[in-house]
Amino acid sequence: MINLTPVIPELVLACGGMALLMIGVFRGDGAMRSVAWISVLVLVVAGIASGTLSSDRQVVFGGQFVTDAFAQFAKWLVVIGAVFGIAMSLSYNERHEVARFEFPVLIVFATLGMFMMISANDLISLYVGLELQSLSLYVLAAFRRDNLRSSEAGLKYFVLGALSSGMLLYGASLVYGFAGSTGFDALAGVFKTGSGPSIGLIVGMVFVIAGLAFKISAVPFHMWTPDVYEGAPTPVTAFFALAPKIAAFALFMRVLTGPFGPLVAEWQQIVWLLAIASMILGALAAIWQSNIKRLLAYSSIGHVGYALVGLAAGNETGVRGVLIYLAIYLAMSAGAFCCVLAMRRGNRMVEGIDDLAGLSRTQPMVALAMAVLMFSMAGIPPLAGFFGKLYVFLAAVQAGLYALAVIGVLASVIGAYYYLRIIKIMYFDEPAESMDRPVGREIGAIMAASTLFIVLFFVYPSPILNGAQTAAAALFAG
Amino acid sequence: MIVQGLAFYMFAAIAVASAVMVISARNPVHSVLFLILAFFNAAGLFVLMGAEFIAMILVVVYVGAVAVLFLFVVMMLDISFSELRHGFLQYLPMGGLIGVVLLAELLTIVVGWLISPQVGEVRAHPTPPIDQLTNTHAIGRILYTDYIYLFQAAGMVLLVAMVGAIVLTLRSREGVKKQRIATQLARRREDSVEIKKVQPGSGI
Repeated sequence: MINLTPVIPELVLACGGMALLMIGVFRGDGAMRSVAWISVLVLVVAGIASGTLSSDRQVVFGGQFVTDAFAQFAKWLVVIGAVFGIAMSLSYNERHEVARFEFPVLIVFATLGMFMMISANDLISLYVGLELQSLSLYVLAAFRRDNLRSSEAGLKYFVLGALSSGMLLYGASLVYGFAGSTGFDALAGVFKTGSGPSIGLIVGMVFVIAGLAFKISAVPFHMWTPDVYEGAPTPVTAFFALAPKIAAFALFMRVLTGPFGPLVAEWQQIVWLLAIASMILGALAAIWQSNIKRLLAYSSIGHVGYALVGLAAGNETGVRGVLIYLAIYLAMSAGAFCCVLAMRRGNRMVEGIDDLAGLSRTQPMVALAMAVLMFSMAGIPPLAGFFGKLYVFLAAVQAGLYALAVIGVLASVIGAYYYLRIIKIMYFDEPAESMDRPVGREIGAIMAASTLFIVLFFVYPSPILNGAQTAAAALFAG
Repeated sequence: MIVQGLAFYMFAAIAVASAVMVISARNPVHSVLFLILAFFNAAGLFVLMGAEFIAMILVVVYVGAVAVLFLFVVMMLDISFSELRHGFLQYLPMGGLIGVVLLAELLTIVVGWLISPQVGEVRAHPTPPIDQLTNTHAIGRILYTDYIYLFQAAGMVLLVAMVGAIVLTLRSREGVKKQRIATQLARRREDSVEIKKVQPGSGI
């Protein structure tokens, strides 16, 4: 008999998703709101189920699935991202006449894929989880099918996602061919013993890293990000920026520290390069953007770069820094995208940065939240964004990567320019036409919650710090 | 033994001949039909090797689904294949060169092929002897035990693909008359029939 206890969260999501599909089919699109709130319930139940599991490392299904404290931490972040994604979409979908019950169900299935990615302990389960997630995301990106830009975003994402999956599979097959196993534990054993890895293994590892770098949109594999973020419906963009990035990052960390852990000297250079390129491009390319969604896309590329700095350190402190960074990034992005969703004029979304002009006078609360979030993204103390950067740079300095830390600080100074420009436009420019009010209950609540988190993080940071510490320790225990 | 040999040469010869016909037939519909013939013969070759499961899958999936899909596409689309062949000679040198390079690469690989002597012993799931267990059983035993997680996960991927195809393409068209049995049965006499007294000699 297979021990099914460690997979209860995944079972909850899979069965819940299918049950919701049945409810939707029988009740029709009118049931969108109830399906959405039940989806939120399913997600929360799955998160609680994952949290109540024993935090010891458990491996089931012949080593294909693993759960530990690291998986629990990452799954919590993903659940929060997915719940935010559903809540943000409700009124947007109704306004744009795409209120269809499949939307929350697809988010539940995407979350299932992310859970499987986070818990993958085998190259095959890694790939299947990744595909389940990506396939749901392609559909979500094209969800406004009558909108040209949304369809374009979906198609672009699909083609480039297929390309990255191909690279990942090519690398995985090389690794399997040269190491003789797809299991992470067996691979780690092979890399530990042998007299240095063969060239085929290194090539395979590079391809696997490239495939995963596509999914976290690290430079030079970032080309899809601005176009997809701009074209996809705004709540979907918000969801893309929150949950999948965290899941892909968790998978990236597990793959690099688990099976490829003994090869840290080899992959450290690659991650180093990815981090520097992402930070610099994220800081420079965002300066010329006039569309707020594109700007946030480049900003998220920059954030990926800062998080990779922690991973480049390649030790427990680094992974802890990355996890803290991801938790804070989740809150910052959720809040920022809520502000973008609040940008409506005459019942239409506006996305230009100039449309924010004088927001402080027309909608003072939204402007205040946006200002706090932008200060935090720029890394100004004592807001949470500063601490996120502090922990990853600290890890890099401790690991002796001084150049990386220095370039990171410089990039964040350059990046501060465009964050501060938004604040300047909101507070000092002449007001444009006023935005629609009210912003909506769910959006207002998420905006307020994430802003409060950002402001008050330094007062009581220990739950996140301790959680990240336990999670990082679990990853290096094996 | 001799029957097996004869069967092999028959299947192999027909497979090669129909494969040649696939690329040389003028009518694309004939090409697809020859492709189906080639699939059937390949399935016969698999049966000879004792791989009856793959033979079945080949017939069910390739003949039943893929080739029929091809046939539909070829018959639905108005593609002039003689026009596509236009300029064949012009591109022949370049295409031929690429073909020769590919052939050389394949030959290098085949010549340099080396199968590890221990490959039989380290296999995770060695093929059981055919007189004890058919390989359909053997595949089933591995698929639904060791790989049940991946099997179920692949099922979820297919479900999402189906949901996605419906979400992105299904449109409920207005003004289409459909039979709704529930509405028909719920219809009462009072709703649809009106009785009027008509005076003789005058209209309604």
